[in-house]
Amino acid sequence: MSELGYTSDEMMTIAASRVMRNDDVCFVGIGAPSAACNVARLIHAPDITLIYESGTIGTEPDVLPLSIGDGELCETALTTVSVPEMFRYWLQGGWISVGFLGAAEVDKFGNINTTVIGDYHHPKVRLPGGGGAPEIASSSQEVYITMKQSLRGMVENVQFFTSFGHGEGGDHRQRLGIDTKGPTLLITDLAIWRPDPVTKEFTVVSMHPGVTREQVQETCGWPVKYAKAVETTPAPTENELGILRDLRARTKAAHEGTKKVPQGTLLKQGSE
Amino acid sequence: MAKFMSLKDAVSENLSDGDVVAFEGFTHLIPHAAAHEAIRQGYKNLTLIRMTPDVIYDQMIGMGMAKKVIFSYAGNPGVGLLRRLRDAVENGWPNKLEIEEHSHSAMANAYEAGAAGLPLAVFRGYRGAGLAEVNPNIKSITCPFTGEILAAIPSNRPDVTFIHAQKADKKGNVMVEGIIGIQKEAALAAKRAVVTVEEVVDDLNNHPNATVLPHWALTAVCLVPGGAHPSYAHGYYIRDNASYLEWDNIAADRDRFTAWMQENVLNATAEDFATRVESLRV
Repeated sequence: MSELGYTSDEMMTIAASRVMRNDDVCFVGIGAPSAACNVARLIHAPDITLIYESGTIGTEPDVLPLSIGDGELCETALTTVSVPEMFRYWLQGGWISVGFLGAAEVDKFGNINTTVIGDYHHPKVRLPGGGGAPEIASSSQEVYITMKQSLRGMVENVQFFTSFGHGEGGDHRQRLGIDTKGPTLLITDLAIWRPDPVTKEFTVVSMHPGVTREQVQETCGWPVKYAKAVETTPAPTENELGILRDLRARTKAAHEGTKKVPQGTLLKQGSE
Repeated sequence: MAKFMSLKDAVSENLSDGDVVAFEGFTHLIPHAAAHEAIRQGYKNLTLIRMTPDVIYDQMIGMGMAKKVIFSYAGNPGVGLLRRLRDAVENGWPNKLEIEEHSHSAMANAYEAGAAGLPLAVFRGYRGAGLAEVNPNIKSITCPFTGEILAAIPSNRPDVTFIHAQKADKKGNVMVEGIIGIQKEAALAAKRAVVTVEEVVDDLNNHPNATVLPHWALTAVCLVPGGAHPSYAHGYYIRDNASYLEWDNIAADRDRFTAWMQENVLNATAEDFATRVESLRV
């Protein structure tokens, strides 16, 4: 916790929550996107439709799910459909306004790698892979990405195109026959980035309170470009912080409490 | 026509070395008891299909049963990586593992195509995706009406599929509810389908549009209460998130993994699942 009274992670989640609109139909990735989307639902977007790839449509979880298929998501959903229906009708059919993804590795054109570090066939590190992300990235009308900045996470070129963003930039999406907008927003723990309208390179449009350009550059693997007028992200309000912290506390209690006879080995937080 | 039988007999009658097999359940209703029975019977050279390999394939791969895995997300959902699968891919322990990797959309389409009796699945996907370059089973097809280029992959048609479900009636008709995932498609895509259930009832008491697999579409039904643990069965018991978190530590070390498997799988029985979910029941 800084002297600001909130953590950079809280700032990131709250900044990400603010971009969600009440009429969005959002395909939600687990982890940071899930937290942001639910904070938005609890604060300013009560009617937002949150969809998780397990088939839950219009879900209103009281605690953040550990996995995309927690029972809580189904119990609080408007309806739950099969996985083929989820991907074929609702995603491929064009109903999703925003696909909200996290990333292990992202580059300046919003391409995401969650597959491998090193050669695909002889990987140095084998990551989980794409899951739903490749088609969320191409079939959602637009894509938001949220992740903490680090030199390992924000790289000049991703090592593997798990999810295609703007490829090599410019009109690369259109050249591949992808008619959706792709990544239009990157929200990190330090800044808010939007793609340049022509080159599609992510450009800082807003920095969070107290963040310096040096900090942004030190944690980013490509030379950072800034918009002409860089704004300062409004600090989290007391209300926003209260709702996020309550949600996190409920979540922590729920995930640790599942085993009523504790095995005494660990009780640590999940992927959040 | 579904036969009621013990899980032990259902596995030995329906699974063989070298089979292409799916143990499905999308986070919910994962057939852990069936996978553990297969581990106890010690099959080899299996091709394992599953959207999210999850803890059960981590266990089967770690026990040296798999020659190939066809999948779309090799993670421990919400926790992190699958460490036994990683050890097999990165270091060939306990044996080399061939992988055929897809996206969820592709796998869902491949199961649906398999259930529909089609040889391939066609969908709008893999555009710009790196998997299309490393997986030779990802090809494209041109729509003969519009000229649009679409992705094409082979359908999933397992020799045998294992799923877990909430209940069966006395004829062996099975009902699945909650996050139904890919259960129906995976069962219908396979040559043989084995279902473990939480309970057998007189009347399914189902809504007209409920997901029901008729007894004549199934091979065997086995009563195994708690058979999804540490996954969950909607309406019966909750997901044991603490066990998923704990798995990350167990699987991190080869010796610890081997010892855990000996104690909790090889020395255990399908009946043990009921006690594992006692404290998780709703």
